[in-house]
Amino acid sequence: MGGGAVGAAAIEAGGVSSASAAIETHELRKEFGRIVALAGLTMTVPRGEVFGFLGPNGAGKTTAVKLLLGLSQPTTGEGRVLGAPLGDVTVRERVGYLPELFRYQGWMTAREVLALHCELARLPRAEWVPEIRAALELVGLVDRADGRTGIFSKGMQQRLGIAVALLGRPDLVILDEPTSALDPVGRQDVRRIIGSLRDRGTTVFLNSHLLTEVERVCDRVAIVDHGRVVSELRMSELTLERGVSVRVTGLGVAGGEVAASYGTTRVDGEWLNVDGIADADVPELVAKLVARGGAIHAVVPKHHTLEERFLSLLGAGSPVEMDESIPPETEA
Amino acid sequence: MNSVRSVFIIARLTLREVVRRRLLWSLVGLTVIIVALTWWGFGRIADASPVTGPVEMLGVSQVTVMLAFMFAFVLAMTAVFAGSPAIGPDIENGLLLAILARPIRRAEVLLGRWLGLAVVLVAYALVAGYLELGAVALATGYAPADSMAAPVYLAGEALVLLTLAIVLSTRVPSVASGAVAVVAYGLAWMAGVLGGVGEAFNSDVLKGAGLVAKLILPSDVMWRGSAGALTPPLDVLSAGGIANAALYRYSPFSGAQPSPEWLAYCALWVVGMLAIGCLLLRRREL
Repeated sequence: MGGGAVGAAAIEAGGVSSASAAIETHELRKEFGRIVALAGLTMTVPRGEVFGFLGPNGAGKTTAVKLLLGLSQPTTGEGRVLGAPLGDVTVRERVGYLPELFRYQGWMTAREVLALHCELARLPRAEWVPEIRAALELVGLVDRADGRTGIFSKGMQQRLGIAVALLGRPDLVILDEPTSALDPVGRQDVRRIIGSLRDRGTTVFLNSHLLTEVERVCDRVAIVDHGRVVSELRMSELTLERGVSVRVTGLGVAGGEVAASYGTTRVDGEWLNVDGIADADVPELVAKLVARGGAIHAVVPKHHTLEERFLSLLGAGSPVEMDESIPPETEA
Repeated sequence: MNSVRSVFIIARLTLREVVRRRLLWSLVGLTVIIVALTWWGFGRIADASPVTGPVEMLGVSQVTVMLAFMFAFVLAMTAVFAGSPAIGPDIENGLLLAILARPIRRAEVLLGRWLGLAVVLVAYALVAGYLELGAVALATGYAPADSMAAPVYLAGEALVLLTLAIVLSTRVPSVASGAVAVVAYGLAWMAGVLGGVGEAFNSDVLKGAGLVAKLILPSDVMWRGSAGALTPPLDVLSAGGIANAALYRYSPFSGAQPSPEWLAYCALWVVGMLAIGCLLLRRREL
């Protein structure tokens, strides 16, 4: 992995930045025999951002994470994590990782698992106790700190995994499906934790296929399919694409004429869809529709969701999961 | 320096696991039972026929070697069943994934696992071995040629088998690696017996087969060393009616302490196998 200057130059040439990036990869490829798990991953994760790494099952997400952590060797390509070439052992002192499928020593207590990881992460011994206490508090496991992890539920295991990943205030935290075993309360906790990591300037690399989760916490997302990034966008760009759907009767095509000045309109049965309308203009539009004799049955503000973008890129029917705890249409 | 530290972290973790999972206490319990039974059994032998002459001494030595063989078998099984799940299952259930994301190399994990289990096995072999020989001496007054060396060779045999099992566990599922190691242990013992027959009857083919087996898996070098250390001195054998005392050394329940060259080979074999294990683990996809 002698990427070095050549690798950095190649990454620069790929139109992405910079010495300050937390993660940079250039045409990272991984083959298992004849199976191509990752076709050529080129991406940049800026420092201090929450970066969502999305893709359908089998897109190569977990393989990419393992390459970033040096847990697997790329077949070709190169990359850097926190400025160090892939596979560098010492950089892992500054990286926290929650694997997708993992287990801790079932005979150990949560506190002992955390102490082991403090030691493995080479934290000074004086910091262990406060670090462990803070991590347990953050994930809500204080009461179970001295329970054996072997009898933990999956959700508790995942909370412990997140606590382990956050030990020692790493510069980069890689979370591989962090909420897959959590209930809605747990998911909310994870969103809160990710928010606090962003506030302290930690880079978070969030590997997930729960789109609404990603949508809520990420600054930027990359959508990966068949081992390549097919789209990369800032969440702020996505949320600019706003609109409203109004279920209105008694107006016919006149409703479309009224709304035309607010944005692109489309009448679909009783539904009048107006794309591009500003949130502040919605009450005025509704008032005009009523003034023209329309009967309003429903007003549903919407923005283009990540799911829509995702499905338009990958085609409908991709095996992704929505977060069942939050109906996506009603999300603000 | 960091590497040594990492190896010790994993070794300590392994030792704690052995204690917590009650393997250590099981071994301690078994040792107490075996030592008590040994003391009782040899006491009855001494009651029936006081061990004063060479014939009785030879008889007691044979029973002692048989006891050592059974203990060696238990030790070998302990080594195999402790070593064969040392790496593979940790990869399969994601335990190693969490550990290896830390600043630690795969080789350090493997060596740490080996070191932790080696400490347990060596301690068990030495403590249980000396206690059993002590019980024999207490009950009968019989002291073999080299009581101090015998448990050391048994510990060596356990280390050889532990190394084999751990190296196999880097690539082969634990049940399979355990089975392979047990079969290999049995074959090595049988090859040792055949090699002895070859020596006794001067058959070059059998001698060669025994040599090749010892080179591939030198566990029997250690067992023969232990049996040799437990056999009475040659003059006792002669006085006991063994017509050809030198030839007796080749019987399945006898042996000779290995030469320094063979001891060096065994040490090199362990180091070489661990190096192969590190390489195999390094190349394994997690």
